[in-house]
Amino acid sequence: MVDLLEYEGKQIFQKYKVPVTEFKVVKNDNDVPDFSEKMVIKAQVPVGGRGKRGGVVPVNSKHEALLAMDRIRKIDFDGHRAEVFLLEKAHNVNRELYLSVVLDRSEELPVILASKEGGMDINSVPSEKIYRHHIVPYVGVPEYVKRELSNFLDLKDRQIYEVIDALYSIYDQMDASLVEINPLALTDDGLIALDSKITIEDDALFRHKDIEPRYFGLEPIEIEARKKGLSFVRLEGDIGIIANGAGLNMATIDMISLRGGRPANFFDLGGTDDPEKVIEALKLESNIVSKVLFINIFGGVTRCDTVATGIVQAVNELKPDFKIVVRLRGANEEQGRRILQENGIESLLNLDQAINRVVKLAGE
Amino acid sequence: MAIIVDEKNLPVIVQGITGHQGSFHAQQMKLFGTNIVGGVTPGRGQTRSAGFPVFDSVKEAVENTGAKASVIFVPAPYAPDAVIEAIDSGIKLIVIITEHIPFHDMVKVKLYARLKGSRLIGPNGPGMASVGLAKLGIMPNSIFRQGSVGVVSRSGTLTYEIVNTISESGLGETTVIGIGGDQVVGTKMQEVVQLFERDPETKAIVMVGEIGGTAEEETAEIIKNSVSKPAVGFIAGRYAPPGKRMGHAGAIITGNKGTAESKINALNEAGIRVASTPNEIPEILKQLIR
Repeated sequence: MVDLLEYEGKQIFQKYKVPVTEFKVVKNDNDVPDFSEKMVIKAQVPVGGRGKRGGVVPVNSKHEALLAMDRIRKIDFDGHRAEVFLLEKAHNVNRELYLSVVLDRSEELPVILASKEGGMDINSVPSEKIYRHHIVPYVGVPEYVKRELSNFLDLKDRQIYEVIDALYSIYDQMDASLVEINPLALTDDGLIALDSKITIEDDALFRHKDIEPRYFGLEPIEIEARKKGLSFVRLEGDIGIIANGAGLNMATIDMISLRGGRPANFFDLGGTDDPEKVIEALKLESNIVSKVLFINIFGGVTRCDTVATGIVQAVNELKPDFKIVVRLRGANEEQGRRILQENGIESLLNLDQAINRVVKLAGE
Repeated sequence: MAIIVDEKNLPVIVQGITGHQGSFHAQQMKLFGTNIVGGVTPGRGQTRSAGFPVFDSVKEAVENTGAKASVIFVPAPYAPDAVIEAIDSGIKLIVIITEHIPFHDMVKVKLYARLKGSRLIGPNGPGMASVGLAKLGIMPNSIFRQGSVGVVSRSGTLTYEIVNTISESGLGETTVIGIGGDQVVGTKMQEVVQLFERDPETKAIVMVGEIGGTAEEETAEIIKNSVSKPAVGFIAGRYAPPGKRMGHAGAIITGNKGTAESKINALNEAGIRVASTPNEIPEILKQLIR
C-alpha cells in the first residue's frame, strides 16, 4: 500500500482539476517565501488527526512559519516525523463536507461516500448521514447520482459534479483503493479540497513507474525483508517463526500464542524450490530470535527436502546460538527429515507436538 | 457428485503451460486424474510442454481439444487478459492461480465473466479439487481422501494442513476449494457454502477463514439462514496485529474491522463451532456427522 502525502495527492488533484488552493511544498527553511497574509503550515505525514496533534498551524509571516515548522518537527506522529511541509492560503470555510471513492470489499465494487459532516473520520459518522452509491466500472457515475449527491449535501451549483467525476477517474486510472477529500470545504470561492488522501495498491505499481514503493510505519527488518520480496511482519515476542503460506503462518502464530508462547514474527517463505531462500530466511531470523526458531512447512510446491537442505547449510554457515525446531509435512517429508536427522537437527511430524515443544523450549 | 467439477473427464487446459509452474502442475494434475488436454502459450504453438500439446491461443486450444475449463499460471500483468481470452473462447470454469493481480482488474474481469456466464476461482489461491474426479490447481495430490466433507478456504498451505488432518482422521472430502487470499475473488465463500448445501454427497462443511474483510461474517449469515448441514469453522489470525498485511492482500485488520474475534463471534452466533487448532476439526466433524 502506498499512502501518498497530502501534497502528492493535491498535485494529482490539480492534474484532474479538483479545486485546491495554491500551495507551496516546503522541504527546508529556504523554501518558505516572505508573506503577510493568513496562511497555514501543515506537516506532511501519512497519518490522520494531524491537526489535533499540532501538525497544522495558522501563520501570518515567514518568521511565524519557521517557528511553527521547528515545533512541528519535534512532534511524534505515530512514529513519523515531518520532513516536508505544505504552505497554503487560509480560507474562510462556510461548511466542511466529506467525499471519497473507496473499494467496498463485500460488494466488490467501488463506492462513492459523501457526508455533510466533513473534517471527521467517516467511520464515526452515523450510517444514515452518509450518501452511498456503488459504481459499476463499465457504467461510471450516472448523472442522477451526481444530482442526488448534490442535493444530499445541500449544494446549489454543479461544481460538485466535476469533483465526483475527477475522484472516480483518479480511483480508476491511478489504481487507487481510496481517494478521499476530507474536508471538502465550501468557501466563498466555491468548493476547495483542503486535504487529500490517496492510497495506491502495491500490486498495481508496475503500471505506475513514477510511484515508488513506500515503507511507512515499517520497522527496519520489515523493510529489509520487503526489499528482498519477502513477506515479514515483526511481532512483540521472542519465538521466531518461518512457515510457508500466509494462512499457515497466522495459524502457527495463533497456536503458539494460545499455549502461552510469544511469537516474534510472521514470515511467509512462500513457494520455493531454492535452498538459498531458506538460508536468506534464517539469516533474517537470526536478528530477532533469542531462544527458539520454529520452522513449519507443509510441502507442496515447496519440497521438504529442499527446505531441509537449506536449513542444514544455514546452520553450518551461521552457527546460530538458538534452538531450531522443524516440523515437516507433505512433499518429500521423509527425505527432508532424514537430511535433518543426519545433521543433528530436531524435526517432528505432528503440528501439536511441535508447538508444545517450541513453547516449552522458549520457557526454559 | 461434488461441486463445480462433478464429472470425471472434464477437458482442462493450462494457460501458461510452458512456464516452470505451469508444466510441473499440468503433470501433477494429470497424476491426480484430471483430463489435461493441452495448454496455451502465445508464440509457442505447435510445440509440446510436459508431454501436452501447446497452442497459440485459447480459441485454437478449444477447437482442437474441446476444452471446457482452464487453469491460469500467467504472470499478474498478463493474467487479466488471459482470463478475458478464456471467457471469449467459451471456457466456463477458469481457475486463476496467479498472485498479485491488481484488484481493479479483478473487479472488471469478474463483471465480464458474470456477463458471459463463466465462473472464476481465485486468484491468489491453490485452486480446487473434487476428490476422485479432477484437480484444477496446485494442491498436493497426497492430502486427499474421498469422503463427505466439503472444504472452502481463503488459504493455501493451511488448507493442505486441514485437509490432510481430515483425511488422516479417516474422514474424507467431496470438493476442496481455495477461493484465494485477495480482496476481490472470483467465487466467494458464501457461494461455495450454498453449493455444498445442494450437493447430496456433502454431509458437512468446513470453512477456513482469516482476518480481513467480512466474507466469514456474511457466510455465517448465509449458513444461519439457509444451510441445514453441519459446519465447522477455523479462523487464522487471532493474534495478528491491526494495520499489518499478513501476507495475503486481503488479510489486514483496518481500524477495528476484519478481526478474528468478530468472525469467530459471527460463526458462534450462527451456531457454527469454531476449532482453535486444525487437529480439532476432524474431532468436531465426527461428533457432528455421526
